[in-house]
Amino acid sequence: MATDSQLAMWEVFMQSKPGANYIHAGCVHASDKKMALQNARDTYTRRGEGTSIWVVPSDAIVASNPEDDDMFFDPANDKVYRLPTFYVMPEGAKAI
Amino acid sequence: MELMEKAGKIHEELLKSFEAKIERGDAIEPRDKMPDAYRKHLIRQMSQHAHSEVIGMQPEGNWITRAPSLRAKQILLAKIQDEGGHGLYLYSAAETLGISRAEMIEQLHSGKAKYSNIFNYPSLTWADIGAIGWLVDGAAIVNQVSLQRTSYGPYSRAMVRICKEESFHQRQGYEIMAKMMKGTKDQQEMAQDAMNRWWWPSLMMFGPHDSESPHTGDAVKWKIKRHSNDELRQKFIDKTVQQAEVIGLTIPDKDLKWNESRGCYDHGPINWDEFYRVIGGHGQCNKQRMAHHIKVHNEGAWVREAAEAYRLKKEKQLLHS
Repeated sequence: MATDSQLAMWEVFMQSKPGANYIHAGCVHASDKKMALQNARDTYTRRGEGTSIWVVPSDAIVASNPEDDDMFFDPANDKVYRLPTFYVMPEGAKAI
Repeated sequence: MELMEKAGKIHEELLKSFEAKIERGDAIEPRDKMPDAYRKHLIRQMSQHAHSEVIGMQPEGNWITRAPSLRAKQILLAKIQDEGGHGLYLYSAAETLGISRAEMIEQLHSGKAKYSNIFNYPSLTWADIGAIGWLVDGAAIVNQVSLQRTSYGPYSRAMVRICKEESFHQRQGYEIMAKMMKGTKDQQEMAQDAMNRWWWPSLMMFGPHDSESPHTGDAVKWKIKRHSNDELRQKFIDKTVQQAEVIGLTIPDKDLKWNESRGCYDHGPINWDEFYRVIGGHGQCNKQRMAHHIKVHNEGAWVREAAEAYRLKKEKQLLHS
């Protein structure tokens, strides 16, 4: 007898309207791409919440580790010259 | 000994930084370090919540073929589909804690995991469908609105999604009751009868009084639970009494009265013996609900097997093409 399986897990991303970012909605179980897409539609867009869906096998997602946050995101913190507010603009200059 | 002390110290520090995070109001995400007790509490609560959504489809499914109009049938179908969807949101949120879907279903079938007691009551008449939507979903909403601010991110996000959908459920139930109260004398009596049977079990949905609740301590400290059982129950009573009055239904509690000084309603004693009797497996439908779930689960096994076989075949074809 084959062992019962709850099928593989897929992460669901939805776009609420054309032009919007794809946002993580949750996950579904499915055996293949087609079923994953259909299950995602049935589970996450029963009220027109989305116009487009991505499904990705959950084990294909690579995530950063929260314990490494300080080190991992540190380069973003000490380079304030990446922000427009860092620069001193001459008095009177417009539209910049 | 030194090693044990060191381990204890590390444990203590982790707990400290976890609790500081909770204190700041930060959400906890799946890959964050969390105490075992936090993870266990969430798995227990979230899987029970998911099972409740799914088992809750049964008393309503009982009326699909007998809905009094096509409109009512369509609405009921959509509502039951939502409940299935809510179960799926919650299962997938619980899976982020490291428990598999198969384990959760196994725990439901073995009786290790519970589901809401309310679904062990039968749905005898069409008015029960009204009462379930209005009272049972109404009580669930009060709880779920509060849980939108629970500390575990995936649980909180599932709650936000569910709350958006639940208000349709409550309104459709109230509409059924309102319609019956405008109908014949028989219909009015049927609505009142449903009210009489569902009111007290709905109050029990919030769980034991705060003074008796065994799970409250850590759950409050770690912000899994944001309001106590009694606070939520009071909120539900206070908003429902007026709704009953508007459509002419009587709340079956002779002790119910407005308490001017507390600014809310006082209610009569809840029959906790009944509550524990039903939780203990002796409600009217406990056996039927579980037997049905197990039967459907087993009968669906070939579908899952076939889907897997189809995937394997497709992968093989791809390999050889």
